[in-house]
Amino acid sequence: MLSAWRQMTPQERRGAKTGYLALSPWMVGFVIFYAFPILATFYFSLTQWTLVDPPVWIGLDNYVRMFTRDPLFISSLKATTLFVALSLPLKLVLGLMLALLLNLKIPGMNLFRTVFFIPAVISGVAVSLMWIWFLQPDTGVVNTLLSYIGVRGPYWFWDLNWALPSVAIMSIWKVGGAAIIYLAGLQNIPAHLYEAAEIDGAGKWRRFWRITLPLLTPTLFFQLIIELIDAFKIFTEAFVITKGGPLKATYFFLYYFYEEAFRNFNMGYASALALFLLVVIMGCTVFVYRTSGRWVFYEN
Amino acid sequence: MRTDDRALSIQQQLRRSAAQRRRRRLVGHALVYALMIFLALLFMLPIFWMASTSLKAPREIFAWPPEWIPSSPQWGNYAEAFGKYPLARYMLNSAILVVANIVGGLVSVPIIAYGFARFEFPFKHVLFLLMLSTMMVPGHIKLIPMFWLYQKLGLIGTYWPLILPAYFGNPFFIFLMTQFIRTIPRELDDAARIDGAGSWGILFRIIIPLCRPALTVVVVFTFVWVWNDFLEPIIFLRDWDSYPISVGLAFFQGRYSVEWHLFMGATLVSILPILVIYFFAQRHLIGGLASIGIKG
Repeated sequence: MLSAWRQMTPQERRGAKTGYLALSPWMVGFVIFYAFPILATFYFSLTQWTLVDPPVWIGLDNYVRMFTRDPLFISSLKATTLFVALSLPLKLVLGLMLALLLNLKIPGMNLFRTVFFIPAVISGVAVSLMWIWFLQPDTGVVNTLLSYIGVRGPYWFWDLNWALPSVAIMSIWKVGGAAIIYLAGLQNIPAHLYEAAEIDGAGKWRRFWRITLPLLTPTLFFQLIIELIDAFKIFTEAFVITKGGPLKATYFFLYYFYEEAFRNFNMGYASALALFLLVVIMGCTVFVYRTSGRWVFYEN
Repeated sequence: MRTDDRALSIQQQLRRSAAQRRRRRLVGHALVYALMIFLALLFMLPIFWMASTSLKAPREIFAWPPEWIPSSPQWGNYAEAFGKYPLARYMLNSAILVVANIVGGLVSVPIIAYGFARFEFPFKHVLFLLMLSTMMVPGHIKLIPMFWLYQKLGLIGTYWPLILPAYFGNPFFIFLMTQFIRTIPRELDDAARIDGAGSWGILFRIIIPLCRPALTVVVVFTFVWVWNDFLEPIIFLRDWDSYPISVGLAFFQGRYSVEWHLFMGATLVSILPILVIYFFAQRHLIGGLASIGIKG
């Protein structure tokens, strides 16, 4: 760095100084809000610490406990994995289908875009409350509508088998957010490619599989990573609606972390949980990124 | 004569096939509209049901079969909800947090982005990548260490933990703003420099005024995020009085779980500011999201 600095002209040095000065708030923020917490979490995860007494070093004990004798860890991992596996593919596919519909060039489409995007901007708490009421087993809209066609609706959030799918359905309601990003990707595909394909006699399906989908893979890739991180972080729904129940069916990982850290004040163990989730999320991101070379198509 | 005939018939055929195409397109449009309207109704059903419940009399809310549109809307429910729950207080708290965060973003983000977009210095590329990678760091990892730090500083129970980070630049906004500043021609900077403006003068007189669209994205997104934030307020705040609306609502539920008509009214009121800003700034919200999607 110093040699690079010496080779600069005085004017360049002045510019560089201004650049560093402009960046300084971010650099300070990086140290306080990213570097410090990650390193500290790592240290705390190797201690037993209840916030009242100073942390006591216990080496890898927290991790040993986590992986060998913690049924709650297993439950939370199971619930979270199931939720990701259920909601992520549905959200990706339905989001794309919705975006394809919204991309049709017919009058009035803007209005529909507005409507479908609304669920994506409302808070998790308001959505959760709305859905508790919407999915009431007795007088809720869904079960009422189902009863009209002679189907007895399930108990949704209050049923052992339906609680997790209910939360997944709720998250799919927010699919408009994904659709908007796809839509931007769709509108970036040059029209001349479709015209050329049409002249060559390619039908609608062929055009979708050969042009739309390949050129949309960068957007899909981006969306996959964003949604993946988001799905792992599911929390508010468990907090507001189910409290992790019934029988730990929706005991999501972050909810477990919250209870350990800020209800039981097992800060050391909770740090280990937090770090584990970070590693899982980073691992998934890196995995998607590494395999992306095989399926993500970049124009240049 | 014969050629005329043939020309006529070709013309007729063309006209007929054009009519056919038009008809087919019309049918197609009708099908698409039908599908879209069906889907839109389906998506709006939870919100409609919330609004409908909020206008019902207490004895109607559990009635079966349910009344879709209350025959005598009880507008008084809203006054009752405001009287019974500290809704106004919580929304004011949320508004304070929103404004403080917006100011933080508007102060910090343009300066930092200006540094990335306009100056050359050693390690710039590495720092930029580092900044981008922090976008991927899930927020939960910060909670315990920051809780510890804020406790040492005596800030638990105050708004500082929920406001401070905004003043150090959110990486998503920095990225967005950097990309935006890069599209502003450098000739403008040069012209201002010749007129005697310094680097900071250029930022405040040339760059920031031209960054209005990107700054609007910062305002709108901050509004939505801060208004909706839940996890950090429940951890860093202590007193009922200081809760933002998201936390306040979540805790009403435990306390007054039977009064669903008031409760749905309160929920609806709590999302109104978001809906209003969404309708006014839709373009910026969608544009901001779209731009990260494309570059991601």
